Amino acid sequence: MAKIKLTKIPFKGTDGQERELRAALAEIKKKKGAVMPALQRAQEIYGYLPMEVQQIIAEVLEVPAEEVFGVATFYSQFTLNPRGQYNVSVCLGTACYVKGAGEVLDALKIQLGIEADECSEDGKFSLNATRCIGCCGLAPVMTINDSVFGKITADDVEKILADY
Amino acid sequence: MIRNHVLVCGGTGCTSGNSKKIFERFNALIAENNLTGDVQSVMTGCFGLCALGPVVVVYPEGAFYSQVKESDVDEIVSEHLIKGRIVKRLLYKDTIKEDGSGISSLNETGFYKKQMRLALRNCGVINPENIEEYIAYDGYAALAKALTEMTPQQVIDVIKASGLRGRGGAGFPTGNKWQFAKDVKGDTKYVCCNADEGDPGAFMDRSVLEGDPHAVLEAMAIAGYAIGSNQGYIYVRAEYPIAVARLNVAIAQAKEYGLLGEKIFGTDFSFDIEIRLGAGAFVCGEETALMTSIEGNRGEPRPRPPFPAVKGLFGKPTILNNVETYANVAQIILKGAEWFSAIGTEKSKGTKVFALGGKIQNTGLVEVPMGTTLRTIIEDIGGGIPNGKKFKAAQTGGPSGGCIPSSHLDIAIDYENLLAIGSMMGSGGLIVMDEDTCMVDIAKFFLEFTVEESCGKCTPCRIGTKRLYEMLEKVTKGAATQKTLDEMEKLCYYIKDNSLCGLGQTAPNPVLSTLRYFKDEYLAHVNEKRCPSGVCKSLVSFFITDKCIGCTLCARKCPVSAISGKVKEKHVIDKEKCIKCGVCLENCKFKAVERK
Repeated sequence: MAKIKLTKIPFKGTDGQERELRAALAEIKKKKGAVMPALQRAQEIYGYLPMEVQQIIAEVLEVPAEEVFGVATFYSQFTLNPRGQYNVSVCLGTACYVKGAGEVLDALKIQLGIEADECSEDGKFSLNATRCIGCCGLAPVMTINDSVFGKITADDVEKILADY
Repeated sequence: MIRNHVLVCGGTGCTSGNSKKIFERFNALIAENNLTGDVQSVMTGCFGLCALGPVVVVYPEGAFYSQVKESDVDEIVSEHLIKGRIVKRLLYKDTIKEDGSGISSLNETGFYKKQMRLALRNCGVINPENIEEYIAYDGYAALAKALTEMTPQQVIDVIKASGLRGRGGAGFPTGNKWQFAKDVKGDTKYVCCNADEGDPGAFMDRSVLEGDPHAVLEAMAIAGYAIGSNQGYIYVRAEYPIAVARLNVAIAQAKEYGLLGEKIFGTDFSFDIEIRLGAGAFVCGEETALMTSIEGNRGEPRPRPPFPAVKGLFGKPTILNNVETYANVAQIILKGAEWFSAIGTEKSKGTKVFALGGKIQNTGLVEVPMGTTLRTIIEDIGGGIPNGKKFKAAQTGGPSGGCIPSSHLDIAIDYENLLAIGSMMGSGGLIVMDEDTCMVDIAKFFLEFTVEESCGKCTPCRIGTKRLYEMLEKVTKGAATQKTLDEMEKLCYYIKDNSLCGLGQTAPNPVLSTLRYFKDEYLAHVNEKRCPSGVCKSLVSFFITDKCIGCTLCARKCPVSAISGKVKEKHVIDKEKCIKCGVCLENCKFKAVERK
């Protein structure tokens, strides 16, 4: 079980985001088992799941906030911490691991000065160690937002980050 | 008249290698050269040979272009599509005939020759986003046959007789599962598809969903008819965006064609399918946890019985099958149980798809008849280990499975044989490890995974896996004794016997199997404080030998400035500062850095 890390960065949601969320929730509420789809939509809108957003979900879906929090902290894709402008992920699937993904992650930690699941202070980079993303042919793999970098070594990290 | 078909692989592996841009470039050039009526371009599912991606195949010649770059497209269009001359430099070298007289069929190459593609039959063949192509390959004919010519019981009887077993790992007979659900009385029943492929290094299900989504939809509808259900759910990992997108397209098209929805084929049978996204929890691959997750809760498993066939999703009778299992169903209905049961071994029928990865030449997706040996998969199909390294172990079954040593390479793969040697079929991940892989470290890697993924509901798994991980950590740090190893083994059996669900019950397998086959490596860590593969950082140190000519390269490359020395003089590594990253060893051109 992963440890729960709560962010200290204050919530900066906009009225527009809240309107979008509430409109989406009105639809999602009709489904059976709505909490997960609701959290997924909310994370799309806000980028993460701050307490304030979880409370809106609890209120609209009429479920206890603790239940929403329980679901939000159970799944690794839900994040209670804001993501950086550039979200760097290193695949730690087995194929990547045996090909040196652990070293790539270590190099990234040194380069970015943050640990996994953290966001740099300027909000530019966040770092994640993800589960297998399934392109094992390119192992080891890291992604920055939607760009994929395959067959990389710890040495390549600095060069890749330089473009961001 | 279409004279050329250009197939561009749109699987995740090739897409990550920019195949989408390649496809767009083809389309642009085809239009530019007024070839629209002559050449048809198709984005297909996975060809399987991911190591050589991005892959482009041009028919009718069957030219298999590998590692294509966007800049290569112009040449393929101007040479091949316009002048009819195959671009030799881009061909997959195994398809070039030895006498240079042309190209041989892809099916003749080492990678494909010993494969038998049933579940993957349409992957890399059809456009997964066009239902008509699926229909042209007998798509939805099995559903029509089931609905109009067979009773639900006849459908189940065929599946039973075929000997099809669950491809998710445990190998439960599919027909029996369906029978249980059919026999339970109830107005509402559910058909679920487990596409929560969580094993690290496994991507079989993803490739089926990306390459042939309708095969899954059709099979689910057949299952719905057989057990008396009108609603299906596909639980798919959110990490698979392409698969999710193609499933959405496929469901919309099937509804438009009346192949899902109300009164299918004019019968009284109605069936609908909804997609639910996972959110990254390995335990949700366990059937009861998956259903709890669809219900919108924390994906924790619950005790069985009651089994899902009696009380499953939303408390209703439910069947849950894996993607690959479903991918076999339509063909069994069409071709008959005898056709399917003729393939494979006595107790394991049909084929199995493996995701071949790790230290292997041909990383990719392979499908072989049950009973094929590991050696055939690794050496003939996989092309062996790269860089002349020695094979050490093959890992099957992911975090639930075990490591198979070279002494068992000739075992015929089926459910029973793999269990007997301490591993399991699992969903089909097959990771090859060479002499550079430390087996204690690998066991630790899997335990770290299970510790993090344990849902925490039952104590043996929540606390047991954590303690087991700590013991392994001690071994890799050289702090363990023989007693630690004994206690580790005892704890393994305790966790296996007492955990609530499959995750905990199988979590110790990676430790037990490595203890069984690679005991000497554990002993080297414990007794000699040595990591034979040089992986466990606490147990290795780097030093510079007299071969050093003082080029200063290592000192410049060292990330922590632990190396000092004057130009043209032997350098030394400061052991206090050294973080054992190995950069010096990789960079030294004179082999002066050694690791011990």
